[in-house]
Amino acid sequence: MADMIRARGLVKRYGEVTALDGLDLSVPEGTILGLLGPNGAGKTTAVRIFTTLLEPDDGVAEVAGVDVRRDPRGVRRRIGLSGQYAAVDEYLTGYENLDMVGRLHRLGRRGAPKRARELLERFALTDAGDRPVKTYSGGMRRRLDLAAALVAEPTVLFLDEPTTGLDPRGRTGMWDVIRELVDGGATLLLTTQYLEEADRLADDIVVIDHGRIIAQGTADQLKAQVGGERVELVLEQAEDVELARSVLAGSAVGAVVVDEHSRRLTAPVSGGAPVLMAALARLQDEGVKVLDFGMRRPTLDDVFLTLTGQTTRTTTEADQAREQEPAR
Amino acid sequence: MSALLDTFADGAIVARRNLIKIKRVPDLLVFTTLSPIMFVLLFGYIFGGSIEIPGGNYREFLIAGIFAQTVIFGATITGAGLADDIQKGIIDRFRSLPMSQSAVLLGRTASDVVNNVIVIVVMSVTGLAIGWRIRTSVPEAIAGFLLLLLFAYAVSWIMAYLGLLVPSPEVLNNASFLVTFPLTFVANTFARPETFPGPVRTFANWNPVSAVVQAARELFGNTSPANPPPDVWSLQNPVAYTLIWVVAILAVFVPLAIRQYQRAASR
Repeated sequence: MADMIRARGLVKRYGEVTALDGLDLSVPEGTILGLLGPNGAGKTTAVRIFTTLLEPDDGVAEVAGVDVRRDPRGVRRRIGLSGQYAAVDEYLTGYENLDMVGRLHRLGRRGAPKRARELLERFALTDAGDRPVKTYSGGMRRRLDLAAALVAEPTVLFLDEPTTGLDPRGRTGMWDVIRELVDGGATLLLTTQYLEEADRLADDIVVIDHGRIIAQGTADQLKAQVGGERVELVLEQAEDVELARSVLAGSAVGAVVVDEHSRRLTAPVSGGAPVLMAALARLQDEGVKVLDFGMRRPTLDDVFLTLTGQTTRTTTEADQAREQEPAR
Repeated sequence: MSALLDTFADGAIVARRNLIKIKRVPDLLVFTTLSPIMFVLLFGYIFGGSIEIPGGNYREFLIAGIFAQTVIFGATITGAGLADDIQKGIIDRFRSLPMSQSAVLLGRTASDVVNNVIVIVVMSVTGLAIGWRIRTSVPEAIAGFLLLLLFAYAVSWIMAYLGLLVPSPEVLNNASFLVTFPLTFVANTFARPETFPGPVRTFANWNPVSAVVQAARELFGNTSPANPPPDVWSLQNPVAYTLIWVVAILAVFVPLAIRQYQRAASR
């Protein structure tokens, strides 16, 4: 299968900050690549280069075999982009937004309105189609934005954090739509901060941090790479957390992760159920009340934690500032 | 040729989108027209009594000045609109489409001309109500209005460039104010430059805004032999001087704005 998205040695710097530091990517036709990383990792920068919004300082980027620098217009004809925030005009109706994009794609006076109505129906926006977008919910705006990316039936789609800010129902709805798209044969690059999302949707996952690839493979390969099993405990009382941590540390093969807020402790172990039972027995001796316990295989969250030393959901303000600054 | 046609077709699509906004948010138009009405009344009735215009009537002198000031202020909408579109990611959407690279700017500046036409109509009616009259012919009056709109169109390309440069629409509004306010006041818009101190008077005489206003006054027939324009080339030939500026501004800022558009990134 031919690669529909390809990057070799992409570099992008913003003054002192290096957003992309020699990124290599390839996405075979008809597959989804999940580009995963914390805020400021360079995900958005990569998408902006592939979609011709930004020129790389070095390296080559190709979409459907077309070089983004040599023929940006050729790339634009073949792609659909749905960004981090819904780029739809809130004063226009849903229909007018899609019709406008269709006309700019030269679908014509008859083609554009027809395509707009089709997409409204497909994204369950028919009833809202003639209302200004101002009145839409966040989920509806996202669906409309995705619909706008699909107007010209692109062969390659770029979705930059398509579910960020959506409620769980909106998110699962979006996932269904994205799955359908790829079943239809599209090639898709999806950036996300949610490991669950990458796990559910992506054929391949690339984890980047500081503009560099730190891991890649299928979700299963990444989990295997981290290895082992996880013992997980939830305590009844917060003051027992330190004690339980030291108990678990005795049998763990890596760092014990503590979520203070939910009083949850996770430790990588090797040795299976006996390790868990021994830990439980010791905690009982110490008088620690355990609310919930179990063994599980590593999740992508564990992968992330092991690789980057930070969890995906801890977004510091510095990270956010970094993501926004280079975005200029 | 077909590339040019495509550019205009795309520009028309973008202009239509901007005009729909005027229709959907009529408050915007109400406020852009209320302030010039307020200016006409304020200057006409409050300051008018203390500003002497030899041989003439201040309100008649005033109207062309207010017209020029208002259409120049109106041009800032171009920049604010573009800054807003960048902030909301809409420019990203346009830039990822296989459309003409200058169409967004053409469409934007064109729809802002429509905005200015509406504002001029409202102001003309207000002017007529307080005693302003066109004392020339219809073709000359139309030429006067066209010259005002043309100059504002050129200014809107400066604003387009600035709007794509600044980090937010608020910054544009504040920054453009620093330019448009002195430019429209240190001129013959509201008072006679003959009364200004030396260097300020020289600036006012060569200020293109003065030329636009002088040209409009002449084309509307609002001049008086008792108050001839100063003996400088710019005001003796105000139409030519205005057109030179229009061409110069467009020659510089159209390419600058288009280049900036291609670089514009969302924030």
